[in-house]
Amino acid sequence: MRVRARPADTAGVADSDTRAGVAGRAPADAPQRHKSTYAGSEAPATRRTSTYGARAREWLDRADVKFSPYAYIAPFFLLFTVFGLFPLGYTFWVSLHDWELVGGREFSGLDNYRLILTDASFWNAVVNTMGIFVIATVPQLLVALLLANALNRRMRGSTVYRMGVLVPLITSTVAVAIVFTQLYGRDFGMVNWLLGLVGVDPVDWPAHKWSSWIAISTMVDWRWTGYNALIYLAAMQAIPVDLYEAAAIDGASRWRQFWQLTVPMLRPTIIFTVIISTIGGLQLFVEPLLFGSGTYYGGSLGQFQTVTLYMFENAFRRNDYGYGATIAWMLFLLIVLVSVLNFMIIRRISSTK
Amino acid sequence: MTFTLRRRQFAGVAAVLAATLVTSTACSGDGNDNASGNNSNTGGTIELTVDTFGNFGYNALFKQYEAAHSNIKIKPRNVVRLDDYTPRLQQWLAAGSGAGDVVALEEGILVQFKNQSDKFTNLLDHGAASMQGNFLDWKWELGKAKDGKLIGLGTDIGPLGMCYRTDLFEKAGLPTDRDEVSKLWSDWNAFIDTGKKFAAANTGAKFIDGANAQFNTVLIQEAGKSLGYTYFDKDDKLVFDSNPAIRTAFDTVVRMMQEGLSANLASFTPEWAAGFKQGSFAALACPSWMLGIIEDNAGADGKGLWDVAAVPGGGGYWGGSWLAVPSQSKHQAEAADLVKFLTSPESQLAAYEAANTFPSTTKFYKDAAITEHKDDYFNEAPVGKIFGEGAEQVKPVYLGEKNQNVRQEVENVLLAIGQGSLSPDQAWQRAIDAAKSAAR
Repeated sequence: MRVRARPADTAGVADSDTRAGVAGRAPADAPQRHKSTYAGSEAPATRRTSTYGARAREWLDRADVKFSPYAYIAPFFLLFTVFGLFPLGYTFWVSLHDWELVGGREFSGLDNYRLILTDASFWNAVVNTMGIFVIATVPQLLVALLLANALNRRMRGSTVYRMGVLVPLITSTVAVAIVFTQLYGRDFGMVNWLLGLVGVDPVDWPAHKWSSWIAISTMVDWRWTGYNALIYLAAMQAIPVDLYEAAAIDGASRWRQFWQLTVPMLRPTIIFTVIISTIGGLQLFVEPLLFGSGTYYGGSLGQFQTVTLYMFENAFRRNDYGYGATIAWMLFLLIVLVSVLNFMIIRRISSTK
Repeated sequence: MTFTLRRRQFAGVAAVLAATLVTSTACSGDGNDNASGNNSNTGGTIELTVDTFGNFGYNALFKQYEAAHSNIKIKPRNVVRLDDYTPRLQQWLAAGSGAGDVVALEEGILVQFKNQSDKFTNLLDHGAASMQGNFLDWKWELGKAKDGKLIGLGTDIGPLGMCYRTDLFEKAGLPTDRDEVSKLWSDWNAFIDTGKKFAAANTGAKFIDGANAQFNTVLIQEAGKSLGYTYFDKDDKLVFDSNPAIRTAFDTVVRMMQEGLSANLASFTPEWAAGFKQGSFAALACPSWMLGIIEDNAGADGKGLWDVAAVPGGGGYWGGSWLAVPSQSKHQAEAADLVKFLTSPESQLAAYEAANTFPSTTKFYKDAAITEHKDDYFNEAPVGKIFGEGAEQVKPVYLGEKNQNVRQEVENVLLAIGQGSLSPDQAWQRAIDAAKSAAR
């Protein structure tokens, strides 16, 4: 650790080590060495000051090498402990209780977890969340990739286009959800009006699983596609141009360049966006909330109730904090599981190319 | 190149900043809302926060009270939907801060809060006893918790009527005069028959708005006629599958949907509100307080289009509220005075004139101010007479502690039938299961 951190100083440190034993070492032999120093010297005072100065500096140097890195990263870990680890642990603690807002709490061990495994509403919410996640994320990332590829070309006003794709992101989720919910309205929605123009019967969007999932997915995609496209674009600009030149000389078409050069080179970025989308997608909340006119039920039969909505329904409608906390922990485990799975799948796909 | 890069960076930073701003303002809006509770005592004046839902018709009364009490400033906080109001109030009470100095308790949530009587001031300690004679007996009694504390003073009751759109009735070839309309439906079967005639005329609109209003109305009527309770008996035991009133109400409403009479809109949603403006439906059961909500939703253009007739199946009432003072309030005495003012017969009359919240004090029942009261928005309908007739005969119905949770589940199941996702048989079983889960 020491050597690695400051290779240039290694010689100096070793040198001072031999010259005079140091405070940091075993305290038992320090007095002995002091004694011998006194005995062998005519001017102990001058030597002592200089040794002390050197020692203090040395000690500081070492402390610096040893502890500063920890100090530098400490703020993150402190904040993480306060705002990440503690809530996580506390939530787990709550989940072990029959804890109601009204009527106190009682330790119940793993009862909540036993209950949730057979809770059909919970698994319904898991299926909805995964379903919406898949039909929102897969097209979203594919479109983002193609969009980034298009934006990567030289063109007039490219900055305008590149910033343009980010505009949906800076609109508030609530506004997006409200507008889209109106667009998907059963009686007076624009989507049904457009479908009517081509002779399709109006769809009661919130009434069915498939239709509500599509509606919510479009809200997610509208907001996040541009964001992912920009991340891909940044990664694309780091790909050396000579690779493309070489490929072009070899006669590869643009399409082929894209799939066999760009995409494999973007592997780490794709993994990153997949994991970020997974975390975000599995925590989907505002869109289904507003799509269900602000209720936690996610439709009449919970057809688009996500896990977070179900968590809120239990914690903040039924005031059953214990069960709400249990759902939160199940969601956490689910996200970890899906992220790991995604990571493995993506790594595999790209490494076969 | 560096220039464009910087500009891009700057734009990126700006975008991120804008995004944070948007999200943080979105959060802080909510935060402010929740945080500004009961305290703030600035410059000698006392600020009293009043939490209500729906439309209580209090604005003018607040001004009047402020004018008479120079040291009081009233801050009204209103939520449209009761279902959003209840959990927030519950959280504030449990947390010990955040609730208004005066809070409204609707009949369906009253028991839930009465069972936490330690969280409320006993209004008897603030001289409310002298007001007992003003109220309908049952309204006064229901304000009391089991331990005898008086938690709430009654505001309105919700005698029932049936609101209908005259223009759509005319289009369908039905009578439009309210007396003739009332004769069309002595009971709910006749109401459904009328609905079938309406549907046959193909006006483009549905007969009723959805299941909820009709279901709640039939349920409260049936319960009032028989056992005197709905989902829970008076010991708060769930009796969903054994109380015949629930099954009757359920079947009645399912028949309306099967006959294609329903627009399948869930009450108090934006689509439902839009339905009033667009004329998506021609009738809905309306307790007197619903008139204020119709007026809000239908807007100025709807004036004169709506009228009020008698409700099928005899009297009954739905809704109505109490005002209470949480013990977390720092100005309990002042808040209790405001409650006494707002629930006095005179104030209830004023609120009635503003928002058709029918008084629970009997003083003016025989007075022309009520018996002759007409509503110009509703075609000059003699609403005082229509709603006043049954008011004194109303039988109270007991609504259990978890009434609201169960009601929401049933309403969801009814909505699912309308959406075609459940057959009526499946739906009944699902309603039973959902009710059990909601009551646990």
